[in-house]
Amino acid sequence: MISILPTAFIFIASALILGFLPRGHIRSTILLATPVLAAWHIWNLPVGIFSQVEFVGQTLDMMRVDKLSRIFGLIFCLAAFLGNLYAWHVRDLIQQVAALLYAGAAIGAVFAGDLITLFFYWEGTALASVFLIWARKTEGSYHTGMRYLIIQITSGVILLAGTALLYRDTGSITFERMTLGSLGTWLIFLSFGIKCAFPLLHNWLQDSYPAATITGTVILSAFTTKLAVYALARGFAGTELLIYIGAVMTLFPIFFAEIENDLRRVLAYSLNNQLGFMVVGIGVGTEMAINGTASHAFAHILYKALLFMSVGAVMLRTGTSKASELGGLCRTMPRTAMFCLIGAASISAFPFFSGFVTKSLIMDATANQHYPVIWAILVFASAGVLSHSGIKIPYFTFFGHDSGLRPKEAPIHMQMAMGLTALLCIIIGVYPDPLYALLPYEVVYQPYTMGHVIGQLQLLCFALLAFIFLMRSGIHPPEIRAVNLDVDWIYRRLVPTFYNIIHVATVKFFTYFDSVINDFIQLTIKGLYKLLGPETGVSRMRGVGSMVVWVAILLGISLISSYF
Amino acid sequence: MATQTTHHVAMTLADHLPILQVLIPFITAPLIVFIGRRELAWPLAFIASATSFLIACLLLSKVIGGGVISYQIGGWAPPLGIEYRVDAANAFVLFLVTGIATLVLPYARYSVGAEMPQRTQTLFYSLFLLCMTGLLGVTITADAFNVFVFLEISSLSTYVLIAQGSYRDKRALTASFNYLIMGTIGATFFVIGLGFLYMATGTLNMADLADRLAGQYDSRTVRAGFAFILVGMGLKVAIFPLHFWLPNAYTYAPSAVTTFLAATATKVAVYVLLRFIFSVFQPAFLAETSTLEIIFYPFALLAMFAASATAIFQRDLKRMLAYSSIAQIGYMLLGIALLSETGLMATILHLFNHGITKAALFMGVGAYALRSKSTFYIDLQGLGKTMPWTSAAVVIGGVSLIGVPGTAGFLSKWLLVQAALEQGYWPISMLIVASSLLAVIYVWRLVETLYLSAPNSEQPIREAPLSMLLPLWIVALACIYFGFETDITLGAAKAAAQALLAGSSGMMH
Repeated sequence: MISILPTAFIFIASALILGFLPRGHIRSTILLATPVLAAWHIWNLPVGIFSQVEFVGQTLDMMRVDKLSRIFGLIFCLAAFLGNLYAWHVRDLIQQVAALLYAGAAIGAVFAGDLITLFFYWEGTALASVFLIWARKTEGSYHTGMRYLIIQITSGVILLAGTALLYRDTGSITFERMTLGSLGTWLIFLSFGIKCAFPLLHNWLQDSYPAATITGTVILSAFTTKLAVYALARGFAGTELLIYIGAVMTLFPIFFAEIENDLRRVLAYSLNNQLGFMVVGIGVGTEMAINGTASHAFAHILYKALLFMSVGAVMLRTGTSKASELGGLCRTMPRTAMFCLIGAASISAFPFFSGFVTKSLIMDATANQHYPVIWAILVFASAGVLSHSGIKIPYFTFFGHDSGLRPKEAPIHMQMAMGLTALLCIIIGVYPDPLYALLPYEVVYQPYTMGHVIGQLQLLCFALLAFIFLMRSGIHPPEIRAVNLDVDWIYRRLVPTFYNIIHVATVKFFTYFDSVINDFIQLTIKGLYKLLGPETGVSRMRGVGSMVVWVAILLGISLISSYF
Repeated sequence: MATQTTHHVAMTLADHLPILQVLIPFITAPLIVFIGRRELAWPLAFIASATSFLIACLLLSKVIGGGVISYQIGGWAPPLGIEYRVDAANAFVLFLVTGIATLVLPYARYSVGAEMPQRTQTLFYSLFLLCMTGLLGVTITADAFNVFVFLEISSLSTYVLIAQGSYRDKRALTASFNYLIMGTIGATFFVIGLGFLYMATGTLNMADLADRLAGQYDSRTVRAGFAFILVGMGLKVAIFPLHFWLPNAYTYAPSAVTTFLAATATKVAVYVLLRFIFSVFQPAFLAETSTLEIIFYPFALLAMFAASATAIFQRDLKRMLAYSSIAQIGYMLLGIALLSETGLMATILHLFNHGITKAALFMGVGAYALRSKSTFYIDLQGLGKTMPWTSAAVVIGGVSLIGVPGTAGFLSKWLLVQAALEQGYWPISMLIVASSLLAVIYVWRLVETLYLSAPNSEQPIREAPLSMLLPLWIVALACIYFGFETDITLGAAKAAAQALLAGSSGMMH
């Protein structure tokens, strides 16, 4: 057995030495060098299982290298590099250490060959990442971070419970493909689902990402959910349930993203929607679909980071990310605006941008396996993506009505980070072959066929048209009421009404679900306090008399129980 | 029947280790009083407990492979004479008791100095050694009545030790009085139970008892005896509804006393319970009664949840830890109830791991009490910055209390979950995990208070003295060390569980 250094240790080691270095450029340089070193390390790894460790009678595989783990390892290194470059100006040691440990834990989890190792790193990502939220040091971010931590730790605990049950059933803790059936596999599935922000388990994402620091959000957006995507792809590829879960995931965030005013929250919703595409790909489970998922995750990390970066740069300069307070910033932040547009084009899957070559893999895989309804939902969701991420973000920030703000252009290191990410988005879009070569399975796929390009352009144009129409009509509502309607009533009244009903119902349902859960928790805590709080009930100080009564009761019970 | 030893063979000092284990602190205690000099009290007590610890290590190393050492006092052969018997189960407990005592004493020097007037300090060390003698005697003896005698030695000295807290808070006196009443009821019940057994068998040697009981499990006398012993010892263990003495006793006792009691006293009581349930009575007896279903499962689960939830709502850190101890007792009872080798291993391991975990936490609390003059959360705010070393060690203890992987607390909970799954009781394993989440909440409250709240008082608070930090850090690091190095703890727990499950045959050779 060849032993090689687990890649995660590179991150952990440099996080350890970081504290001993003087603050300033040296630390920032280490932050950049670490992911580069790690990426080089991963690039040179042979395929196989390495670094086995004995722990409490179990063999832990610290490094399982195959093509699936390698591509996720590489993109995580890349994301860490870009995120740290973007955060070059940050001098807060806690954030820097947290970012390194977070990336290290995510990469460690990707290479984990067994469920115990996975669990360690799984909790590691939770613990490290919460400091990126707390680093904002506001009362709100503290509570948000707390909620985030509880949910993430719970996910880990469920994973551990599932592992224990699985070990009992099968006698193995190897992390390989599972079939849903036993309680253990369901628990593991649930644990992955929480991290992957499945519908109804998703709230932590929209809650926490917009609450983190500017640079923290960029880093957060890359790892946790994609780690869950990787785990699902490894463990539950081809589970049909995932197709439906994924389809719902692509749909419902759209409605929320459309009405949300905070742009970072819009991006969080659209992140959720993009995860849906990947989950559908995992559910389909064919080689092409898994390729699609892996490549989409790769591209997605880049363009989502790019969008968060551009909104973050705006926030750094203006102090807000509210759509209603922004607008017209392209005059003074032209380069940020351009990068944002590239990110928007990528997420909307314009031809020659990264989203196009990766999303079409998933769409085609879905169509090939004969899921027409799912395919239609994905098409609809693609249009939704364009509307809220592709247009809404750049339009309200950089164009639209002029807010009168004239901020400076983003700092140079942020521009470099954004520029580099934007460049990668375009390179992948124009020349996808190197990315395809990294994918877990061999790719025989040509994204630039006439059909694909025209189909996608049609979709994009119509979505664009719809947005313009809505904007226009939104600005001049009286004009609509005056219009005489004929057969066009169907698409001018019926379809919008129908859409409205679905929209309202979806929003209502999810809001109601939240409030029910919240009420339940509140009531339980109040009840428990009444029962067990310091002044009342169990913990009240007792006289000898009542203690003796209990002794008598227990003696009675135990006498009875020993006679029967 | 007991072992066949040739009498009057020259014995070396090593053969006398079992009696020396008890004798050294027992002799030193009055010696301290006779000498009566305050400067000498602490060194003598420390030497005595360090020697005991050495002896316990030697004994443990001899029996960890599964052997048994039998020692006859005065050369009188059992069942007539009193026998001391060391096997893996009690050697492990001896190791815990003497180890904790040896660490608490250096810690106590400063802490006791600050919490008690000078004139009582000499007596304090004497009482401390007596309490330790009692606990060691209870653990090592193989004579049922001798258990009672040593139990009284440890209990009486414990009542006085707890009352010493009255210099800090007068409520220590009521706490001590309540414990005196409850402890006496417990001891009385225990001795009544022994009386029943003696009536049925005419013997008091445990192995002999086990042999003679084997034929008469149906006897009402025997069954009543079992119930009395269970409840009597249950009071000492602080099984959930019998726990009311514990929170006050732990809260108001001096810090060093709380540390020692929390880490050892209830653990020794759990050991006695194990010994009686499995060696004197045997697993076969348990199978005939429904004690496990009616008492152990429900009350263990109740303790895990009710006591943990109560701990969450406390305002005093010391009290919170006391409730958490009651919850942890629940885990140990659950391990017994599962009636399997893994379950017993979990109980024995948790007994040890929880002992060192709680020792670390209570030592930290003592350091806070020393510097901030209070153990209420509101007065501990922001101490993470002013007392960084103490707080870091407390956090390690807290993490081990939750049972985070990589700490001692994880291993025993993991074993317990495994034991529950072995029996196919997966809902119970879920409950174990769920109740650990409650521990996350109360430990987090502590972390939040220490690190994330703004300091409350204006005056500067210094770090605790080195003599307190050093023992604190040794136990804190032990919490991590025993999370990775499992040979000693798992090995001892496995040997102990096997010996206990073998019933009286485990006591024969």
